[in-house]
This record gives sequence, C-alpha cells and structure tokens, in this order.
Amino acid sequence: MEKRMETTKTSQAKGFFFQGFKAGIPIGMGYFAVSFTLGIAARKAGMTWIQSGFMSAAMLASAGQFAGISALSLGAGYGEMVVTELVVNLRYLLMSSALSQKVRQDRPFFHRFFMAYGVTDEIFAVSMGAEGKLEPWYMYGAIASAAPGWVLGTVMGVLLGMILPARAMSAMSVALYGMFLAIVVPPSKKDRIIALVVLISMGASGIFAVIPLLNQIPSGFQIMILTIVVAGAAAVLFPVKDEKEREDRA
Amino acid sequence: MKTNIWPGLFIMAAAIYLVRALPLTLLKKEIKNSFIRSFLYYVPYVSLSVMTFPAILSATASFWSGLAGFTAAAVIAWVDGNLFRVSIGACMAVFFVELWL
Repeated sequence: MEKRMETTKTSQAKGFFFQGFKAGIPIGMGYFAVSFTLGIAARKAGMTWIQSGFMSAAMLASAGQFAGISALSLGAGYGEMVVTELVVNLRYLLMSSALSQKVRQDRPFFHRFFMAYGVTDEIFAVSMGAEGKLEPWYMYGAIASAAPGWVLGTVMGVLLGMILPARAMSAMSVALYGMFLAIVVPPSKKDRIIALVVLISMGASGIFAVIPLLNQIPSGFQIMILTIVVAGAAAVLFPVKDEKEREDRA
Repeated sequence: MKTNIWPGLFIMAAAIYLVRALPLTLLKKEIKNSFIRSFLYYVPYVSLSVMTFPAILSATASFWSGLAGFTAAAVIAWVDGNLFRVSIGACMAVFFVELWL
C-alpha cells in the first residue's frame, strides 16, 4: 500500500516534470540565441568561458548579468555590485510574491528554495501560465530545458563569438516574446478585464518607450514601476472575487 | 580587469538569489487581504505585457519583422493558445518576412 502510493507520487512528479520540460523548450531556444551576445560581452570584459558559464548558471539573468559584467570590468566594489543587482532585478520580488501564492500549499517547504533559483521572466511566465496550482516539479522541468540553453549560448559566445547566422538569431529572439503572448492572450479571450489590463499595460509601456525622460529608466526598473502602477490600479478598480479566482486558478 | 572576478560572481549570484527567494519563502501562507490578492493576480498579466510590447518591435533585424512576429504570436495565441506553436509561429513569421526584406 505504502509502496503503491509512493510510485503514484513519483509518476505524478515525472508527469509534471515532463510537462514543464516541454514548456521550457521554446525558452531554451530563445535563451540560446540571446545569451550569445552575453558571452561576447563577457569575453570583451576579459572573462574566461568557465567564469562566464558559471555566471550564467548561477545568475540566470540577462539584464542582471550585463550589469554584472560591466561592474566587473569597471572594477566596481562588492557593495556596488550588490546594489546594482538588487536594483536591476527588483522586479523578481513581485514575480516571486505572485509565485508564492500559486505554489501548492501541501508541498514541502524546501521546494521553495529550489524554485526561487528559476524565477526568471520566462520561467515565471510558464509557471504562472500552468493550469491550477503550481507543482514544484513543473517548474523544475522548465528550468531543466531552459537553463542549459542559457549556459550553452553564453559559453559558445565566449569561445566562438557569433556563429549563428543573423537570420536565425533574429528569428529566435522573438521566441520568448511569443511565449509571453501565449500566456496573456488566451485568458484575455475569456475575461474582458484581463484583456483591458493587457492592452493598457502594453499602451503604458509604449508610452514609456517614447517619452524622453521615461525611456532613460533602466528596463528592469521600468517593468517594475509599470507593474506596480497598473496591477495596483487594476486591483483597486477590479478587485478579484474569490470565486472567480478559484475558478481561474484551481 | 583588475577586480577579482570569482568573489564578485559569487556575491552577485547571492544578491540575485536573495531577491528571488525572499518572497517565495516569507509569504508561506495564503494571503487573505483582498487588495494584495488582486494585485498579485494581475502581476503576471501586467509584467508579461509590459515586457513584450514594445520590446518585440526592436528585438529583430527590422521593425517590420518584429511587427510580423508580434502579430503572428498574438493571432496564434488567440486562435490556438499552445505555447510551443505560438513561439515557433512567431519565429517563422520573422524568418519569412526577413527573407523578403
């Protein structure tokens, strides 16, 4: 009896892992394309392929790593490095908070420490897009297919420079944005308020991009400001009723 | 490059991990406050939308292929919704438009 329960549990975990792995494949592709530029920047800053590969594996962050590479090459102090990383990546506080409410409550607590490693824009996107509550193994699956693309692209960027044809690079770089749309568009079809929130978010972000002073704000920070303002306004104007939320998420 | 790279890497990795891990580990319980619940409910929709547009228009070799990728992704997501097909469709749209440009 005990044993049978164990096996069901493992096979379930396997199932979620596989689902997450599948969802992470387009992320890995996009990461691979984007991280070449990161590797090239790292080499220019004098980093070896081992250092760059380690950096990508440990940080798993695009803007954060570009900022980190420039901090290293400018000879910044450690305190400055910490502050830079905190500011550039502050939006992960919001994403991690949203995830904290999505994770299955009945899963052991230690999972949250491992899940935290995978809080990137893209893995966050597929994790929130997963149906129902979030199973830690789903997120691990997504990390397992996405992160190697990031590390591999970085290392190859250091060793070989740009070897992908420009056309392939250009095409692959929209994979990540396509994913984001695959997460926000389908719920917009069912719920007008979400549709409105999505359109207003894009509009506001468009305005930030063209207005002279606002477009000087680093992009990670822009994302955070816009998220707080728009999601805050939406929460005041259209508070989510528990029933609806349960229907959407459960 | 004069600073020590390795300690710098470890320190920065620790800083970024902290930002990611604090909310996940501190907000253990289900939040009851309806404003915060609603706010967190909208966070993914807003942040993902903000990250996509207008950045996608300048992600590719030309504005037009970026626009094609955006349109293709939006349409496929509306009609079909499958993550993988949306992503591949967007990539293919960019590729074919750039063949013509």
